Amino acid sequence: MAMLEVKDLHVSYGMIQAIKGVSFEVNEGEVITLIGANGAGKTTILHTVTGLLKPKSGSILFEGKELSTTAPHKIVKYGMAHVPEGRRVFAGLTVYENLIMGAYTRNDKNEIEESLNMIYKRFPRLEERKKQLAGTLSGGEQQMLAMGRALMSKPKIILMDEPSMGLSPLFVTEVFDIIKQISASGTTVLLVEQNAKKALSIADRAYVLETGKIALTGNAKDLINDDKIKKAYLGE
Amino acid sequence: MNSFISYLASGISLGGIYALIALGYTMVYGIAKMLNFAHGDVIMVGGYTIFLAITSLSCPIWLSLLIGVLVCTALGVTIERIAYKPLRGASSISVLITAIGVSYLLQNLALNILGSDAKTFKSVVTLKPIVINEGLKISGETVVTIIVTVVIMIALTLFINKTKMGRAMQAVSEDKGAAQLMGINVNFTISMVFAIGSALAAVAGALLCSTYPQISPYTGSMPGIKAFIAAVFGGIGSIPGAMLGGLLLGVIENLSKAYISSQLSDAIVFAVLIVVLIVKPTGLLGKKINEKV
Ligand SMILES: Nc1ncnc2c1ncn2[C@@H]1O[C@H](COP(=O)(O)OP(=O)(O)OP(=O)(O)O)[C@@H](O)[C@H]1O
Ligand SMILES: [Mg+2]
Repeated sequence: MAMLEVKDLHVSYGMIQAIKGVSFEVNEGEVITLIGANGAGKTTILHTVTGLLKPKSGSILFEGKELSTTAPHKIVKYGMAHVPEGRRVFAGLTVYENLIMGAYTRNDKNEIEESLNMIYKRFPRLEERKKQLAGTLSGGEQQMLAMGRALMSKPKIILMDEPSMGLSPLFVTEVFDIIKQISASGTTVLLVEQNAKKALSIADRAYVLETGKIALTGNAKDLINDDKIKKAYLGE
Repeated sequence: MNSFISYLASGISLGGIYALIALGYTMVYGIAKMLNFAHGDVIMVGGYTIFLAITSLSCPIWLSLLIGVLVCTALGVTIERIAYKPLRGASSISVLITAIGVSYLLQNLALNILGSDAKTFKSVVTLKPIVINEGLKISGETVVTIIVTVVIMIALTLFINKTKMGRAMQAVSEDKGAAQLMGINVNFTISMVFAIGSALAAVAGALLCSTYPQISPYTGSMPGIKAFIAAVFGGIGSIPGAMLGGLLLGVIENLSKAYISSQLSDAIVFAVLIVVLIVKPTGLLGKKINEKV
């Protein structure tokens, strides 16, 4: 059974139907990418999976548990973390406090300390700036913080919404390296990206979303060579 | 000099009461982005509860205070659950009107049950006036109010900045969605803020009714409005701002009563507020609010 199984998901904003029957699955250990143009519905899907939006119909099974009827704050505890679009770090809290917020559902002080040290090792920049207010970090640093904060919950699966958005090429490379490391350390990854080329280069499988529906799916290796994909998403 | 010190001390004490009330306004505004205009009436309910516990139930003072705090805490949480929670996400004007409605409801309930006449409130403070020199005596109420206010401010600051719950409150104030992604129960956190604000209102009610030994259904109205002004003055949403705003307001009000005109003191308070808001629209310690769409 897949780790995360989304079936026939419908999501609306009032009268606007944003997601019209989307199904996909993520197996343990995979890196799955969801690509699509602006407004295709990628963020809507991630928000629905982590409970910030309620679907009109459909089911979201995570390790056999139904998420669509679960309160959003309980979903982290199941082992799912979400790095939201636009980072959404707590600007008025310090870097350290943001990271500690990420471990909100955990109680063991020593283990939290251990995770914190691991995050600092992975993101040395965050350690240098741990007393700085998150709102004063650069965009790239905020992205690191958002990822570190999500990892502080020790997730089994991490959902990332356009982590490379607005970053300089150097930072983009760094972000994708980090995603590879996260995956290598055993965490399953569901990655939403506009940077389809980079996303496909690190993913196992991909789903292509077009106006609320899955238009195409397959192995990332095959899609990267697909003519339609090349034209529409890789700008070749 | 003696009279100045005495006016200043009672100004600080009055300001402390405003600050305690203003904290409730500002914390609720910070987390729920609404002006809880029923907050002033919670003070009145606290005052009456303590009054009735002492007079009708002959409870000892400490127990009466505890009952007052518990009743207000429960009342604050209940008001939020019943009146405000269903309106989360509604336009702010609907929420505002609801809050005013709740305020009238509490006042009219008090009028119906307890009558409109003001009753004499026996001070809960047993401390004797402190004689500093021949011409300078500071009342026990003033001393106790100042001490209680300082202790509460320190405790609250530590709570907000050092505890898990306090940080969760800050996170929810900033971004409810992101807070939920951390595993924070937003509804519970908002309830806790109402609980704390209302408990502080009960304490403020006890101190207010002890300093000006009277209670009526309108007891909370004017201090509620003043404390709201104090919260805006200090920067609505800012906890240190509410403390500073409350203290300044009390001192300005008392000194202008003493040295300028007791009729004009309120006008002076409003004038100072207007000047501050012209110079610094976000209030003394207010941050710029980034409106999220
Ligand atoms: N709060 C909202 N109210 C109404 N419509 C919305 C809302 N949020 C998103 N939509 C609509 O839903 C559709 C999907 O939006 P979504 O944000 O999920 O797209 P996306 O694929 O994440 O786009 P992007 O790559 O630009 O982030 C869009 O047509 C958008 O206009
Ligand atoms: Mg998006």
